[in-house]
Amino acid sequence: MAVNDILICGVGGQGTVLASRLIASCCLKRGIFVRTAETIGMAQRGGCVVSHVRTDSKDKSSIIPFNTADLLIAFEPAEAVRCFPRLKEDAPVIVNSQAVVPVTSSIGGVQYDSDSIFDAIKSRENFVMINAGEIAEKAGSPKAVNVVLLGAAIGAGFLDITFDEMKVALSEMLPQKLHEINFKALSYGIDEVKK
Amino acid sequence: MNQLLMGNEAIALGAVKAGVNFVCGYPGTPSTEVLETISKHNKGDVYVEWSVNEKAAMEAAAGASYAGARVLMTCKQVGLNVAADPLMSLSYIGTNGGMVILVADDPGPISSQNEQDTRHFAEFSNLPVLDPSSPEEAFEMMQYAFELSEKTKLPVFFRPTTRICHACASIDVGDDKTVHTPSGFKKDPKWVIFPALSYRNHILLEDKQTEISDLFSTLKYNEISGDGKIGIAAGGVSYSYVKEALNNSGVSAKIFKVGTPYPFPEKLALEFLNSVDKVIVFEELDAVIENALIYLCGKHHLSCEIFGKNTKNVPNAGELSVEICEKSISEFFGIAYDKNVKPSDIPLPIRPPVLCAGCPHRASFYAAKLALKGQKAVFSGDIGCYTLGNAKPLDMVDTCLCMGAGITIAQGLHEIEKDTKNLAFIGDSTFFASGITGIVNAVYNNHDITVIILDNSTTAMTGHQPHPGTGVNLMRSPTECIDIEAVLKGLGVKHISVQNPLDLNASINAIKEATEFNGVSAVIFKSPCINLFKPTKKHIINEKCIGCKKCIREIGCPAIRPDGEKVSIDASLCNGCGLCSQICPINAIEEVSL
Repeated sequence: MAVNDILICGVGGQGTVLASRLIASCCLKRGIFVRTAETIGMAQRGGCVVSHVRTDSKDKSSIIPFNTADLLIAFEPAEAVRCFPRLKEDAPVIVNSQAVVPVTSSIGGVQYDSDSIFDAIKSRENFVMINAGEIAEKAGSPKAVNVVLLGAAIGAGFLDITFDEMKVALSEMLPQKLHEINFKALSYGIDEVKK
Repeated sequence: MNQLLMGNEAIALGAVKAGVNFVCGYPGTPSTEVLETISKHNKGDVYVEWSVNEKAAMEAAAGASYAGARVLMTCKQVGLNVAADPLMSLSYIGTNGGMVILVADDPGPISSQNEQDTRHFAEFSNLPVLDPSSPEEAFEMMQYAFELSEKTKLPVFFRPTTRICHACASIDVGDDKTVHTPSGFKKDPKWVIFPALSYRNHILLEDKQTEISDLFSTLKYNEISGDGKIGIAAGGVSYSYVKEALNNSGVSAKIFKVGTPYPFPEKLALEFLNSVDKVIVFEELDAVIENALIYLCGKHHLSCEIFGKNTKNVPNAGELSVEICEKSISEFFGIAYDKNVKPSDIPLPIRPPVLCAGCPHRASFYAAKLALKGQKAVFSGDIGCYTLGNAKPLDMVDTCLCMGAGITIAQGLHEIEKDTKNLAFIGDSTFFASGITGIVNAVYNNHDITVIILDNSTTAMTGHQPHPGTGVNLMRSPTECIDIEAVLKGLGVKHISVQNPLDLNASINAIKEATEFNGVSAVIFKSPCINLFKPTKKHIINEKCIGCKKCIREIGCPAIRPDGEKVSIDASLCNGCGLCSQICPINAIEEVSL
């Protein structure tokens, strides 16, 4: 693996857990030792969720320390920025541009300041921002955002996994009826960043 | 073949590999997936159940062990409190078939009421405890736990923490499996607790502590590695943090890994203490290892100094991490640490967990809020998804303590302030687990309270487990569906109404009537959790919307968002509950069939 420590973040319910399991599955197939850590339980209900994937990590813990993640795949812009402190300075980031505004912001809590959030993302050395929701819908299901983003990470060359490896992982982990949609989501994601 | 297994899955498969015959427990994060995994992989040779609560589980597990079965009981840390009564006597009586009590601790806490440390419970009850440092070690250790229990004839604690339970690792489970055949129950006075027996067994139990401590000093899960005159002791997941931190900081130390915090492996610990000048201890929750080392230093007049939580070198609450360990180690070794994290200077929105869009609990809370508007009322909450009713704008949880406490706290509150309406909210699973006793108390002592039962036909917060009111059990076989209304009637509750919470006006009236009733009253709000069915309709906001945002202000549904001057509903989140459409002052929210 070109990258060892991968962070995947978003809002509870967006499918971050499946994304981390898919990457882990590809690593297992290559005989690479992998650890993951995910948010499960109370925090899932619309809260911030972060998955950690660590490859070649036999002698490491399952949580990626601050300042050391090699890659960020973010399902939501504000959550991307929230994870920046865990990244290496030059770590690439893949961000879904669709904002999820929490109820707290709607009823007078900290406002969702899109401008500064997007500025922060754009100020990174290496970033790819796509509307993964729109692409997922084109592929046949808005829920395929996770696979679109994995595709984008592969397409951008940030994730050293091939299209075929990910396809195998998808067919093993998803029910048959979702295969076509997700294969499409994967290739649309790859194509989007190669455009 | 290696597969990616979550710690809880690894623990479950470890138990299956050890030939476990009987498994029971009560759901609670982060322990739940252990039992679920066993039921998923069950080929029919393991008996597995969700018990009604932890006390029932502990006692059923003890019975199965008496009959010679290998037994696993699972719960979360606060669940063990519920089972403390059988536990404290079971350690005197002992076991026959291997009995493992899995209690998942939750440093942080991430999904719990408190940060209690099960290692204290092990010492309190004189029972051994195993503390895994990684999912792969947990897999192995679980198999050893059964052996240990059978060797000592004692129940054995197995204590993973959240970062072990919910982390995944590459693990090879293998195909072989122990087959354990229960010997059957043999009548013997030793199974009947009496004061004279307890006295005799207490002596034996105390003697066993030394024997187990000696055994643990040679056990592979406790080990000394590394070199130098500075020592680091660590247990559980903290051991993996320490290893990584040491690797990062490049210092070398003598490391004492503690996999069995009680009985403390004293002989091995002495070897460690005699080889170093000072020690820093890393462990989450309480200073158990640290205090055991301090005790040993005192007992043997050692000059070695022990640092950790007592000396404020290590935080005494919350989770540890590689960073925390690295910083403390650097300070301890007197080397510079400059890896402090720059927090983001952009104000980011806060995302507390919220009730899902369409959650029927939101409707129930809102109806109660409107029904009691302008009256002096206190709302007692309980443990489950509905604890989230505390969030603004609902703001409907004034007290929350532990499972079942809402009903009884309301009674105490009311006796001191009789002019207050006291409402207690409790979920269906929690009602069965620990709510019924409180209702008996209310009826018996004639407390004037209203109990609101939020019946969503599942144990939602922990991932939708069946419960005694659902008509199915964990083996998915049909079973008696215990009717909450009939239970309340049987307990002598004189005013009971059953209501669909999604009908706002009828719900408000039901609550008004119940709170006006003098004595114990109950409203059962029946509407399934939105995760149990596919919605057949959604709601949209039409052009009539005047942008008053009353829908957002009143109920805080995550699907409803400001959209410029107006408001829109996120179609991917809306479950069509229709609560918002009953609030809109100009009927701008309409139903669309799917």
